Amino acid sequence: MTIMTRFSSWLDHRSGAIDMMHGSGGRATAQLVTELFVRHFDNPLLAQGNDQAAFDVAAGRLVMSTDGHVISPVFFPGGDIGCLSVHGTLNDVAMSGARPLYMSAGFILEEGFPLQDLDRIVASMAAAAREAGVPIVTGDTKVVEKGKGDGIFITTTGIGIVPEGVSISGDRASPGDKIIISGSIGDHGVAILSRRANLEFETEIRSDTAALHGLVAAMVEAVPDIHCLRDPTRGGLATTLNELAQQSRVGMRISEAAIPLKAEVHAACELLGLDPLYVANEGKLVAICAADDADLLLAAMRSHPLGAEAQVIGEVVPDPNAFVQMETTFGGTRIVDWLAGEQLPRIC
Amino acid sequence: MKYVDEFRNGALARRLAAAIVREADKSRMYHIMEFCGGHTHAIFRYGVQDLMPGNVRFVHGPGCPVCVLPIGRIDNAIELAERHSATVCSYGDMMRVPASERRSLLKAKAAGADIRMVYSITDALKIAREHSDREVVFFAIGFETTTPPTAVAILQAKAEGLRNFSVFCNHVLTPAAIQHILQSPEVRALGTVAIDGFLGPSHVSSVIGSRPYEYFAEEFQRPVVIAGFEPLDVMQATLMLIRQLNEGRHEVENEYVRVVTHEGNLKAQALVAEVFELRPSFEWRGLGDVPYSALRIKDAFSEFDAEKRFQVTTRRVRDAKSCECPSILRGAKKPTDCKLFGTVCTPESPIGSCMVSSEGACAAYWSYGRFRQDAGVSGVRTHKEAAE
Repeated sequence: MTIMTRFSSWLDHRSGAIDMMHGSGGRATAQLVTELFVRHFDNPLLAQGNDQAAFDVAAGRLVMSTDGHVISPVFFPGGDIGCLSVHGTLNDVAMSGARPLYMSAGFILEEGFPLQDLDRIVASMAAAAREAGVPIVTGDTKVVEKGKGDGIFITTTGIGIVPEGVSISGDRASPGDKIIISGSIGDHGVAILSRRANLEFETEIRSDTAALHGLVAAMVEAVPDIHCLRDPTRGGLATTLNELAQQSRVGMRISEAAIPLKAEVHAACELLGLDPLYVANEGKLVAICAADDADLLLAAMRSHPLGAEAQVIGEVVPDPNAFVQMETTFGGTRIVDWLAGEQLPRIC
Repeated sequence: MKYVDEFRNGALARRLAAAIVREADKSRMYHIMEFCGGHTHAIFRYGVQDLMPGNVRFVHGPGCPVCVLPIGRIDNAIELAERHSATVCSYGDMMRVPASERRSLLKAKAAGADIRMVYSITDALKIAREHSDREVVFFAIGFETTTPPTAVAILQAKAEGLRNFSVFCNHVLTPAAIQHILQSPEVRALGTVAIDGFLGPSHVSSVIGSRPYEYFAEEFQRPVVIAGFEPLDVMQATLMLIRQLNEGRHEVENEYVRVVTHEGNLKAQALVAEVFELRPSFEWRGLGDVPYSALRIKDAFSEFDAEKRFQVTTRRVRDAKSCECPSILRGAKKPTDCKLFGTVCTPESPIGSCMVSSEGACAAYWSYGRFRQDAGVSGVRTHKEAAE
């Protein structure tokens, strides 16, 4: 990547739009990279201008995760596709117990996408990366013709180092373990739905999008032998529990009454006929640990701002079918199944 | 959450359950058909069956608008998009329902047809206004609950002079279907399906009132209790049905008094009457042809009737050979009686309509009640089983 330092005129951030030239690899691409991406992401490795970032890593187990972000609308209460693309990947790295080190970002932009929006999104990514202390050190930009994209797609990749003695994996849940959630569920999904075309409704709910590696660091320090960690994003808490149950070949029993749920999220889900257990989160995690460690882990979580509302919501049980079952607040029991397709509002 | 949590109170549920146990006569069975998918959903989602004594059984009826729409009408909707290049707007639940030749609206969409998922008919109107160069067809399905909005949209389209908007009308009527079930040989002559009483559909009755059920409560001597969709509503209505059955009564009672009146919503009824008229007969999936059980658009609004505009003819299409949806919809079989259930027919790859809709009996069984099966517990039994 060769970065030019001077261009005939500045990029028009206010009224300009992405055009095919910005993806040509020529001068316009270089200008976009310099005046937008590098300006916002600003760090020594990126500023080197190489096609790759070279850095030393400490000895240990390296983890890597990648995530594509295609979200509509790109701006929503509490966030946007930019900060989401940073938090999503950092959290996937962190769910191994790792400390995230570096990230990359790839952009696929649709011809006609306003530069002002791109600027806002990239600024949001940069702020999220700065706050997380994880620099974006390499990237890529492509432009597709009008009608062949949905404005903007962002793919981010992150790498991190797992501290010694930590072995967190989805297949380590065993009967007797406790299941803990870090806070209220469904905030992100409802915030997005509230701004989706044809379905706009008034709500105070904001997305919970956040980088969780700080919380994870505190948890790992308190209880190095956490068995499983996962962020219940798309598909919500229900899908995450089913994934972990299947990976570990165990069953789970959770209590509906113990699951934190904001009144506004509850109300929105009732209105739309959605089950909050399946609604997406972007700043929450599920932890599974030995029963003896649960109090210690819960205390560590609650002492961190992102885990202040942490709750034990159930326990792991033996079950060859790997069913997740829930005691309802009503006093009955029901299975919490995988979701088939997208959850849709009911007809009547 | 106010006005909702009150109807999901576990302590109240236990008290109601105790009353049901106390009042249910141990020497007999109580087979209660919930006609409406909303009730099926509530029963499974909240585990209501867990709180019932062994002799009180819920029989799942045909009250899911997605489940009862015959395959030929889904083929019609696909043809409107493919052959007539119309923009077909559909509720989400319809998108995955299998049509002929393993097709569906979703597959037709993926193949390039302009089929859009909407949340209400007003979205379809909006699309028509914004794309005056395209024919926009709303794929209207549902019982009496969703009919008034369709009437309003047609009146609105007429007032605006929208020339590119029409409705493919598949609205069906509840009382006619319940009557049809009670007249079926399985219930009346053969006695292979036991139905002692009905939980009446609450949202439907918010429009039509409780009065339309009086005829067949009397004629067929089966009590009906109009019940809300909350789990406590279902339990309270069940208790009311048990009391009626114990006392040998067969009346229409209204548990859902917070919404439903005897006469219903007269304004909505007037709107429906202005735009729609009865079809002499309409095919229901699972029930076959049911006389006077559906609505069509009146001639005065024929310009908004997609059937006339595009000269739609419906071909009769049989369900997959081994699929038991028809019997399940009539309450004659339970989902686990079907060989396809949970083998080739799952929510991910549904063969029959009962597995597609979240309100279908098979989907509810699969999603909420699968563990009961494994534990040897069944949510529903037919009369024959109960006798054994």
